[in-house]
Amino acid sequence: MINLLGVTKVYPGGTTAVGDLTLAMPTGQTTVLVGPSGCGKTTTLRMINRMIEPTGGRIEIDGVNTADLEPGELRRGIGYVIQGGGLFPHRTVLDNIMTVPLLLGWDRRRAKSVATELMERVGLTASLARRYPNELSGGQQQRVGVARALAADPPVMLMDEPFSAVDPVVREQLQDEFLRLQAELGKTIVFVTHDIDEAIKLGDQVAVLRVGGALAQLAAPAELLADPADDFVADFLGHDRGYRGLGFAAAPALPISAEPVVALGASAEDARRVAAGASWLLVVDDASAPVGWVRPSALSGRVEPSDLHRGGTLARLGGTLRAALDAALSAPSRRGVLVDDDGRLVGTVRAADVLAEIEREPGVRP
Amino acid sequence: MSLIWAWLADPANWTGSDGILVRTVEHLGYAGLTLLLSALIGIPLGLWIGHTGRGRLVVVNLVNGMRSVPTLGLLFVAVLVLGPRLGGDLAFLAPAIIVLVILAIPPILAGAYAGVDSVDPAARDAARGMGMRPFDVLIRVEVPCALPLIFSGLRSAALQVIATATLAASVSLGGLGRFLIDGQAYRDYGQMAGGALLVAVLAVLVDLVFAAVQRAAVSPGLVPTTSRRSIRKRLVPDPA
Repeated sequence: MINLLGVTKVYPGGTTAVGDLTLAMPTGQTTVLVGPSGCGKTTTLRMINRMIEPTGGRIEIDGVNTADLEPGELRRGIGYVIQGGGLFPHRTVLDNIMTVPLLLGWDRRRAKSVATELMERVGLTASLARRYPNELSGGQQQRVGVARALAADPPVMLMDEPFSAVDPVVREQLQDEFLRLQAELGKTIVFVTHDIDEAIKLGDQVAVLRVGGALAQLAAPAELLADPADDFVADFLGHDRGYRGLGFAAAPALPISAEPVVALGASAEDARRVAAGASWLLVVDDASAPVGWVRPSALSGRVEPSDLHRGGTLARLGGTLRAALDAALSAPSRRGVLVDDDGRLVGTVRAADVLAEIEREPGVRP
Repeated sequence: MSLIWAWLADPANWTGSDGILVRTVEHLGYAGLTLLLSALIGIPLGLWIGHTGRGRLVVVNLVNGMRSVPTLGLLFVAVLVLGPRLGGDLAFLAPAIIVLVILAIPPILAGAYAGVDSVDPAARDAARGMGMRPFDVLIRVEVPCALPLIFSGLRSAALQVIATATLAASVSLGGLGRFLIDGQAYRDYGQMAGGALLVAVLAVLVDLVFAAVQRAAVSPGLVPTTSRRSIRKRLVPDPA
């Protein structure tokens, strides 16, 4: 548990970066600090490992006042990840990851075996171990940064906009892997971002800060979307709050219809016969995973990948209402495709049925 | 050209206490001593200024100011002022080395300072954030990353010092400058031009030695990837 108790940072000259902030960050959870630039979120994060010294208040980690520890010792016990990774350009990937263990005086062999294991854990192939950071992509560098912070297995991790410097596709991958890793490791994480969608996706609790470092609202993501404390928080959350809130609502047992399918390579006649007059027909591959929709009436010859309409998203059975609704809305047939955990087709669901569930369930949006 | 060649090709000019070999060793001695002293002063000072960020203005002014100092004039002043107080061999050697050191410090200092200053702030921040003490940050991160620019400062100082060490001869010391001074005095243009050529060749050779040392000392991670990849490809086919 990290406790900020009336923490204040006033710079010489009178600018208040953080004003009297009291905030509890529970053990094993991710607390996201989010807000516009100038809200003191990075300052707050950096006060936790004393990269910046507070001018008032106290910070306790598991009951220990951080001001009582030597800063180097405090920092070696806290994982630290920054934007772009902050890798040492003159060291190989493996040596970068071994930094903190070696600072702590581990022997090289143990540090190396831990580093090698961590590379795999964060999704880096072993062949990258001897590479230098300037030979890696942005996403790979960021993974090395995360592995380096995890190397000495610190209970607390501070992450300052770690995924901001990569393109949106890689960012989403890194976020998904962050969630997977955190589910395995259960660290106490303080995560700073300016991206509210990232905050909502990654946080167990989200602290929205306003300029001057005052806490505007502290809440779980679903609660934040459903019930913003004031106009500032509502504005900051942005559009589509109701729709995004559905992302936190597990889909109940939706009425699922069986969907007629053809395999790739089926003849046009078969497709038209299976479709039985319907204007869109679902196509699956050999493993019965949905690959796209075709218009049977437009087919000539066999069903080829080039005939496929691929606009439809897939929703996982037991996933969220948002995913189910989006699957229905994005499919050209308006029938949302549901798959199981292995990606095999389960059936389809209609938008009207999803909406009926949303209206029927009062608990969907707390 | 034929005069130079005739002078260089004469074996008698190479041996003896005033031959080319001895003069070259003398020349390297002056230059080596100068570089050692300037590095001992310039590198720590440059690292300190780069690490703390204090005294940047001093660097800029010092470097520009010292570049405009007339070396020959300074040498005569130094000999006049220091010579009588020192006596013996030192009377001329010490002023000559001091003047050369003054010439060599600015590029070395500027290289060390610029090297540390150019370290990615994120790497420095990460080093502190992982619990390195300020001295660890300097030794383990800033200095290794600054090496390319430290070397370029040393190399440009070495070139300047080898060229300028010829002035030592003008205050009756040895080195390759002797051939220039004596050649002019005897109107032996072959000797004069031959000496100048030797200085140039020596400068190039010393620079090559520095380049080799730099190659061995600087982490491959600090070499631009494009050149490194192409080298690697030629040597070993990349399995990935």
